[in-house]
Amino acid sequence: MAGIEKSGLQKLKGKVWKVGHDIDTDVIIAARYLNRSEGDYLAQHCLEDLIPDITTKVRQGDILVAGKNFGCGSSREHAPVAIKHAGFSCVIAESFARIFYRNAINIGLPVIVAPEAAVAVQEGAVLEVDPAAGVIEDQTNGKTYQGEAFPPFMLEILQAGGAIPYVREKVKQRHV
Amino acid sequence: MTITEKILAAHAGVEKVAAGDLINAKLDLVLANDITGPLAIKEFAKIGVEKVFDREKVVLIPDHFAPAKDIPSAQQCVDIKCFAQQQGLTHYYEVGRNGIEHCFLPEQGLVVPGDVVIGADSHTCTYGGLGAFSTGVGSTDLAVGMAQGEIWFRVPETMKVVFKGVPENPWVSGKDYILAAIGKVGVDGARYMAMEFTGEAISNLSMDGRLTMTNMAIEAGAKNGIIAPDDKTLEYVRGRAKRPWKVYQSDDDARYSELVEIDVTKLQPQVAFPHLPSNVRDVDAAAKADVRIDQVVIGSCTNGRWEDLWVAAQVLHDKKVHENVRVIVIPGTQEIYLRAVREGLVETFVQAGAVVSTPTCGPCLGGYMGILAKGERAVSTTNRNFVGRMGHPESEVYLANPAVAAASAVMGRIAAPEEVLK
Repeated sequence: MAGIEKSGLQKLKGKVWKVGHDIDTDVIIAARYLNRSEGDYLAQHCLEDLIPDITTKVRQGDILVAGKNFGCGSSREHAPVAIKHAGFSCVIAESFARIFYRNAINIGLPVIVAPEAAVAVQEGAVLEVDPAAGVIEDQTNGKTYQGEAFPPFMLEILQAGGAIPYVREKVKQRHV
Repeated sequence: MTITEKILAAHAGVEKVAAGDLINAKLDLVLANDITGPLAIKEFAKIGVEKVFDREKVVLIPDHFAPAKDIPSAQQCVDIKCFAQQQGLTHYYEVGRNGIEHCFLPEQGLVVPGDVVIGADSHTCTYGGLGAFSTGVGSTDLAVGMAQGEIWFRVPETMKVVFKGVPENPWVSGKDYILAAIGKVGVDGARYMAMEFTGEAISNLSMDGRLTMTNMAIEAGAKNGIIAPDDKTLEYVRGRAKRPWKVYQSDDDARYSELVEIDVTKLQPQVAFPHLPSNVRDVDAAAKADVRIDQVVIGSCTNGRWEDLWVAAQVLHDKKVHENVRVIVIPGTQEIYLRAVREGLVETFVQAGAVVSTPTCGPCLGGYMGILAKGERAVSTTNRNFVGRMGHPESEVYLANPAVAAASAVMGRIAAPEEVLK
């Protein structure tokens, strides 16, 4: 499972894949694949009902840019796991469904609420993203956008690489 | 404070909370199933604690792909069963003694008013129908909850949804109230919020109907749906509750971020067309669209309760399912199943030409027991009609109440109950 390696929160750079509003978790990873939970397996079927062959075309570091309410529907953590293992380095959206948002942070997948950027950036553009600051730079045209900043403790979770390493550290400290 | 704020404050050990506060709340129950449980167990193992916080407060239920549909699913069921045995969990329920989790937990009194519950299933919001705060989380949050017995929440704003009047149409149910509400506010209209359902129509609504409503709060993006307990709630809870309960009510001066009013007097049964639950039409308009169907599903955590089966049986009694249609009836729990056998409902369904399945989530999420082929259409009493939800990406799901589903089964197209019961 993703999220245990100490990833820190470096700047990210990648090519944009744009999707629309209300992208639900069934379309991110259909339930027919939920009889397994390995990240690499789920990644092979990520978003396949929306963009056929997408998983063969995504390059490590690419960025998913979505409309409103990204990740609505089921609580399946398999959805952000599939996105992360498919190679996406982060998701930028006008807004996120709440369970998906929490799940993404928990597995160490940066998710940035940035309505202006989500509308403006074009498919195929190259973005440089500073997830900790919420700053998004479109290198195709030099424009920058300010996304919402994370509350401090959420940033700590992301910097730890996810909720499990974050909590493990707290448990360890309690036992010292 | 609102009922949601009061429950969260009590579980955070503070006098008062307000929308936007970040709190740590103690958990009365944590729940997972055969899909989300295995992932949660894997994550739990990495935290560095040996035992769950309380072996009587962790519930594991194989219901999604159980009885197992294939070998990997069988393994996932084994994973949660083994974990339950290793941890000595008191609330693991095997196939044959369980049901669809959100039908089963209220029925068995495992959830009570005033609780804070998290479940690794988005429809965990169902228990708000009992006056509890309950919300869906992912597997990692669940692992943390199992380890620590508490979890962080952002206190949600509350949208108050008032249902006024008495419906003139006898087939209008809780399903139609909630579909009408989702149609009005949209699939992200209550995003991050609590949806508090109140008003005369809610007071008059059965517990089964209320649980259907809070079940679908997530379909408007809500964190939780909630209905303050009243005499009906307490009558339901008495004799079932495995623990003491506490009744909370919203104060008269509680703050709401939004107020939505829905007059149900003239409300018709609602049908949600593909591919969003908010895409609702009145059943008359839906019937006029002449939507030919291939399958009907009556069941799920939304509409698999006793009243749902009873209503469907009223429509199907002495009728025959249309020759082009297959009907799958799924009682929500073993207890409901047994009652349906004893009171003749199963006979009604089988005589009509329907199959009656063991309790499972199966077809609702396109798992098994009723997958749609390319181009097939289903009327379903379930909760989601997203692209590919019940099978092939080019299949279609129309969401409706059990009476409309049963009528559609007879007519072979989306139909109002009056068309069958003239």
